[in-house]
Amino acid sequence: MEFIEFKNIFKVYKNGVSALADVNLTIARGEFVFIIGQSGSGKSTLTKLLYREEKPTKGTVNVGGINVGKLKNGNVYKLRRKIGVVFQDFKLLPKLNVYENIAYPLESYGMKSSEIRVKVLKALERVGLKDKIRSYPNQLSGGEQQRVCIARAIVNEPKLIICDEPTGDLDPKMSKEIMKVIENINKELGSTIIMATHDKEIVNRMKKRVICLHNGVVVSDKKKGSYTQNENV
Amino acid sequence: MRMFRIIGKSIKDAFKSVFRNFSLSMASISCTAVTLILVAIALLITYNVRSITQDIEDVLTIVVFVDTKATAGDVENLKNDINFLSNVDGKKTIYNTQEEIVDSLKKDESMKEILEILNDAPIQSTFVISVKDVKKLTDTAKEIEKMDFVNYVKYGENLVNKIVSMFDVVKNACIVAVVALILVTAFLISNTIKITIFSRRQEINIMRLVGTSNIVIKMPFLIEGFVLGVIGSLVPVLLTIYGYTFLFDFVGGKLFTDLIVLVKPNEIIYLTSLVIVIVGGIVGMFGSTRAVRKYLKV
Repeated sequence: MEFIEFKNIFKVYKNGVSALADVNLTIARGEFVFIIGQSGSGKSTLTKLLYREEKPTKGTVNVGGINVGKLKNGNVYKLRRKIGVVFQDFKLLPKLNVYENIAYPLESYGMKSSEIRVKVLKALERVGLKDKIRSYPNQLSGGEQQRVCIARAIVNEPKLIICDEPTGDLDPKMSKEIMKVIENINKELGSTIIMATHDKEIVNRMKKRVICLHNGVVVSDKKKGSYTQNENV
Repeated sequence: MRMFRIIGKSIKDAFKSVFRNFSLSMASISCTAVTLILVAIALLITYNVRSITQDIEDVLTIVVFVDTKATAGDVENLKNDINFLSNVDGKKTIYNTQEEIVDSLKKDESMKEILEILNDAPIQSTFVISVKDVKKLTDTAKEIEKMDFVNYVKYGENLVNKIVSMFDVVKNACIVAVVALILVTAFLISNTIKITIFSRRQEINIMRLVGTSNIVIKMPFLIEGFVLGVIGSLVPVLLTIYGYTFLFDFVGGKLFTDLIVLVKPNEIIYLTSLVIVIVGGIVGMFGSTRAVRKYLKV
């Protein structure tokens, strides 16, 4: 069984909007995958199914042998602890500083503070933000905030990192830096990375697997794809 | 250990939240304090009414006037029959012979003269009977009245019934008020927590997304409710302790008449305070549980 499997996935929202239709995909351990497509093509829905923010209407989603759709509400947190999520809007806690934001998930798992310190410092080193450890989110630039978000996602060294438009709010220079950080994590930690993005330049430059969605349907899946190949959708 | 760390963090977060949302917390604490003051007053009234009723019940007796023709054996049988009644507290039944009554009356100079004129004629032997349940006093008296060698029975029928039923009404009204006020407190705290949850919904969403378990998300809110309830009970506790003691000293421990004796402060203020703190804490927790369950669907 592959690390991630989408089998005959259909997703229809309560308002009747069909977001995904018969999606079948497999993703191997350690792979770096871009999911591209226009707004409303189903990219975010597809990634949300992985960390059970949404449930499929039909079909099964397996992550590391767990049938995510069948997971009980009370057990969802166990899945999320194994997954790191990087958001377009960073989702940092404004009243906590950089260290506290990254340490937050580990604290809520009940981990020892000495253990937390080691992990947080390691994550900060990976994203190159050690000098901003006591800063608050509103004192950081967009790129720095995104790096904090990445550090929080990788602090527990998850096997799967989901990035939902991580460079959507950043300028090209910052986007490039962020992508370098994510690529390094993929190489160093061996984590599987699934990234939903609009950023043509990044997709074209990195030459990774590219899955293209259009109206909720997978229209192309290329091993070393690019955005230009899918420009018509 | 892990659980202790989580609980420790929840307590820390709860206190942080109380101070971070200071104005909201103050509003909730003030409302809780006001309702708990009323709860404390109602509790103190209930205790006092119960005590006063008890005092009155203790002095209420049925006096059975025994026929002068009754022999010692008849009196003994009558005593057994009376004590056999379920509502009669047999251990407290006292028999006074005509001679004993006359002797005791003669100790009073004014009565002495009257008794000499009457030549002891109207004095009869009596049984003084205490009952277990004052509400059944009339029924018990009527049962005794039907017994052999009983001339008649005396008890303060109308007055007794009126006093007992009046105090019953006061006691029940207080209990209803206490329950209603406790519900109001729970509602107020529940609303505060609801607003707190609403203002922190983004934060809660982030907690969920980073894999925080439901119990870890909920626990600080439950502790916050408890803390708000306990802080809200502090002013009512101080008022109970100092206010009741002051009132007791001010009226000299009696209300209007010597018959209505208030319960001594030491006997009730600490118990009432403890009840208020416990009610505040539990009701706070209950209120936040309600809010958390409804508004924190995780």
